[in-house]
Amino acid sequence: MKSQLNVSSIVAIMVVAGLVLLPVYSNLTGNIFILTLFTRIVILALAAVSLNLIMGYGGMMSFGHAAYLGIGGYAVGILAQEGIGSGWAQFAVAIAVSALYALVIGALSLRTRGVYFIMITLAFAQMAYYVASGLARYGGDDGLTVYKRSDFGGLINLGNRVQFYYLCLACLLAVVVLVWRIVNSRFGLVLQGLRSNEQRMQAIGFPSKRYKLACFVIAGMLCGLSGALLANNTDFVSPAVMYWTRSGDLMVMVILGGMGTLMGPVVGSVVFLVLEEVLSQLTEYWALIMGPLLLLIVLFGRGGIMGMLGRVNRG
Amino acid sequence: MAEPLLRVDNLVRRFGGIIATDHVCLDVAKGEIHAIIGPNGAGKTTLISQLTGHLAPHAGRIFLGGRDISHFPAYKRSALGLARSFQITSLLTDFTAADNVALAAQAHDGKHSFRFFANARKEKGLRDAARSALERVGLSHRADVLVSKLSHGEQRELELAVALATKPQIMLLDEPMAGLGVTESQRMVKLLAELRNEVSIVLVEHDMEAVFALADRISVLVYGRIIASGKPDEIRQNEEVKRAYLGDQHVVVGHG
Repeated sequence: MKSQLNVSSIVAIMVVAGLVLLPVYSNLTGNIFILTLFTRIVILALAAVSLNLIMGYGGMMSFGHAAYLGIGGYAVGILAQEGIGSGWAQFAVAIAVSALYALVIGALSLRTRGVYFIMITLAFAQMAYYVASGLARYGGDDGLTVYKRSDFGGLINLGNRVQFYYLCLACLLAVVVLVWRIVNSRFGLVLQGLRSNEQRMQAIGFPSKRYKLACFVIAGMLCGLSGALLANNTDFVSPAVMYWTRSGDLMVMVILGGMGTLMGPVVGSVVFLVLEEVLSQLTEYWALIMGPLLLLIVLFGRGGIMGMLGRVNRG
Repeated sequence: MAEPLLRVDNLVRRFGGIIATDHVCLDVAKGEIHAIIGPNGAGKTTLISQLTGHLAPHAGRIFLGGRDISHFPAYKRSALGLARSFQITSLLTDFTAADNVALAAQAHDGKHSFRFFANARKEKGLRDAARSALERVGLSHRADVLVSKLSHGEQRELELAVALATKPQIMLLDEPMAGLGVTESQRMVKLLAELRNEVSIVLVEHDMEAVFALADRISVLVYGRIIASGKPDEIRQNEEVKRAYLGDQHVVVGHG
């Protein structure tokens, strides 16, 4: 609770500092690849942070979070193809449609809990996946190329690698700060109370469902933003981005870094995606190493990386 | 006669073939402590759960202050002044004692909780309400301790503080003495006795000493049915009660 400088906050600060200074390193060494890699990491970290709001703080195991990556991405791709290049419009639509989707899916899914909630969120995301596959006009299965990145006028040029990286990082940090504020607000305390004991919260006077739904919608909007950035990063969006394995990846990032910790999902995303990159260069069968490694962390490091660091601190 | 604060009219709840609540009628006057006793499995917790709205009755009605609340969800009943403590302590364990009480106050201070930015732990109104409720049950010195680090007795007291923070008209206490030591029990009895003028209490309890010390009236529940209801002395002398319930627990009462 106290704002003391413990091991996990030091690690969190170092991660942020590293992310801020990364383009400088990339520039000095001429290593462009690392900037590309980390742009993707920062964008997916944003998605993981939004998932952590539902999963870590709200206690709702959503297994369909990648749907928002697709919705955000297709908002950018479809509008770009239809000749609306304005980033403001594209991002606004990405976030608004994500909110709407979350509202409908949430209202239906939140009638269930536990395993059923996991399965129903998964089912809806798969539905979104098949809908996208059926969009013949927008590439169907093959996906949709985004020929021109979102246009924010003279403000920022998304075509510039460094500028785009910093935009993504700014979004990530803004969302982390937002989540930090939310978690300690009235709303956030209710949310964490619901995670701990929903019946008790109802007994002391909270209509639980509307708070959970609001949380679901907020997280959906934030992930929609991530999706819009992702489509700009890859200049491409396809149904694959919504596939259930991607939702699983996001969950792993959150659990690996530490559910219900502020920086856990960011750390988890960096570790997960860097490992994936490094291991896949070593061997074709990288998943054989990655899987057991994750298993070990989940089995022996309860609370993920941030949880383990917290225990180091306590001795 | 004036309408009682809480009135239960022919409440029925079945679980498969078992009738857990069998046409229960009950009323609680303002400022009254009404104890419900009965052997294990008599349906006491089932009854409480229907009163708080966590379990839907199959028939019958529940009135609070003359208003039919039979189909109100739990949070609305709480808003109308019905508070509950749980049999098995069910506090928010990863929060501090003060946080638990402040959340209860937050649900009842007239403002909604769709506030996303301001730090709720710094809201003076909520913290003050939490402090005074904790003081009431003698837990002020433990305000900033995590619930998981509190002793069992302290958790029971905190349950009561949480209920009090919802500014209730009536509290449904489900075995508040369960698992308490002798001294802790005595403290709880004293505390409840002090509260009797402010708030009505429905007390479900196995500790007969406490029940007979506190209750204005006692209802005896056996197999979902109320077999007797009356003043403590009447219940003590009721033959049917002795047979059905006190008889096989004479050891407990004998010491009382």
